[in-house]
Amino acid sequence: MTETANPRFLRPLSAPGADAGKAVNFGPDKPLMLDCGRTLSPFSIAYMTYGTLNAAKSNAILICHALTGDQFVASEHPVTGKPGWWTMMVGPGRPIDTDRFFVICANVIGSCMGSTGPAEIDPATGKPYALDFPLVTIRDMVRAQSMLLDALGIETLLAVIGGSMGGMQALQWAASYPKRVRAVMPIACAARHSAQNIAFHEVGRQAIMADPDWKGGDYQSHGTRPSKGLAVARMAAHITYLSEMALQRKFGRNLQNREALSFQFTPDFQIESYLHHQGATFVDRFDANSYLYITRAMDYFDLAEDYAGHLADAFRDSPNRFCIISFTSDWLFPTAENKRIAHALNAVAAKVSFVEIKTDKGHDSFLLDEPEMFDTVRGFLNAVASADGLA
Amino acid sequence: MSSTSNLRADLAAIAEMIPAGARVLDVGCGDGALLEYLVRTKKVDGRGIELSQQNVNACVAHGLAVVQGDADSDLGEYPDQVFDFVILSQTIQATEKPSQVLEHMLRIGRQAVVSLPNFGHWRVRLALLFGGRMPRTRALGYSWYDTPNIHLCTIADFVDLVRGNGAVIDRALALKGDHVAGDVRPDSWGPNFAAQGAIFLLRKS
Repeated sequence: MTETANPRFLRPLSAPGADAGKAVNFGPDKPLMLDCGRTLSPFSIAYMTYGTLNAAKSNAILICHALTGDQFVASEHPVTGKPGWWTMMVGPGRPIDTDRFFVICANVIGSCMGSTGPAEIDPATGKPYALDFPLVTIRDMVRAQSMLLDALGIETLLAVIGGSMGGMQALQWAASYPKRVRAVMPIACAARHSAQNIAFHEVGRQAIMADPDWKGGDYQSHGTRPSKGLAVARMAAHITYLSEMALQRKFGRNLQNREALSFQFTPDFQIESYLHHQGATFVDRFDANSYLYITRAMDYFDLAEDYAGHLADAFRDSPNRFCIISFTSDWLFPTAENKRIAHALNAVAAKVSFVEIKTDKGHDSFLLDEPEMFDTVRGFLNAVASADGLA
Repeated sequence: MSSTSNLRADLAAIAEMIPAGARVLDVGCGDGALLEYLVRTKKVDGRGIELSQQNVNACVAHGLAVVQGDADSDLGEYPDQVFDFVILSQTIQATEKPSQVLEHMLRIGRQAVVSLPNFGHWRVRLALLFGGRMPRTRALGYSWYDTPNIHLCTIADFVDLVRGNGAVIDRALALKGDHVAGDVRPDSWGPNFAAQGAIFLLRKS
């Protein structure tokens, strides 16, 4: 096992001065056992840390990122040059206060920001894995994170926090490693991916695979990139992150840079050019095969399935404190799904808080300026930290 | 909040019944005043259920473990005997099925604490007798058509319900105005006439 500074990124850096973080490389002695039955070895996990680990190593918080997120939670992204994706939540004096807590955020296995994924070279063939990369699950991602913690010498986390797919990982942490974590905070998530959500993911995957430049997944060897397909996948997905009300409020039927309809298929409406922009910027930073693999991991997630259909059994005798947050206008991971988790936790008398926040901003609310969410996170972490004797 | 002096008198009286370190579920915990006091001062392992999402969010922001829920529909989820005390403060009269709620409380907790307004108080009786209209008092200030209190009862009625549920009354305290008047015998007619409310400490027999 070795540690390297500056993990390798697929795309050129637009902010070479930004902190690129580190990566732990797990050698043949530390293979990652996967749910699909295969093992991944060697493999790397790229990560960022913020704040300082205290002497007792008791102030570490793991943040789990969402589908297309990465480890740059609170600092400039070296590839895009954009600010971290959760700077309002994480940082000095923020709800997840890096003056108090040691924050770790790792790129999930299967992704493309320095952790091993389908775009990496398979040492067995000398060529990119592409579709030979094994299917990974949320549980595999969490297993890899626990190996990272071992490598960092951190036995117990004060909290695991994540939104959307990050929330799935937080739940999986509670189920897989209840003694390694004190508090669990899944935000805007579910204990299973719904049929509707699987359906949207399949649309995205089919868009990628229908792109002739995808080349059966082997586009790297052909020197192509299925950018059109990936952009369409992102556009379709992006709609699900918003809400009908927010779209209407922000865009309505407003026209983009024109006075009248064009009677052509160029983008007339603001919402069209907004989605085009979302698609275009996404393909500059994300790998199409990683998108296939990670969406599949989310589709496969059904925590109750591992416990004969009884979600409550995933949390039986749980020593963890839970705080669940949902948003009224989130139709991707609606309140009902979040509440299902709270009910399961009640059924085993786990220590659970559940907050629903009123907003029209849809699923993406967890990434946005939602003061009630910040108050909730701050209050919950204060309670957890003081119960743990942390200042 | 560190002393009971900041708590409403009836909540302070409930707090005094709860020993340090107990496992407590506060059903209808409102703004969390009692729960916060119990957690901070008595170091109880406390949880809350509250109907109003606004109250829930405020409680959680204060570090309390509270879920949005309803005494009528959500108590059924909890397993048997996982709490030392289940508290229902000034809420039973607003539930749809008070008998079922009480049954769940005694199932979930080793003991239950219930406080309620007394519809048998003399002012209420007189208001109906001489006013001829549904009484509106300080403790029960709603008009009949907009009251959340759909199952009002007297102390005597509640005592009957408790016994009908096969439960035992360990303590009964009378509430008079803003203060707690002390222990009373639940069967005597006095408190049912003179008390504006009561607090009961119950357990399954």
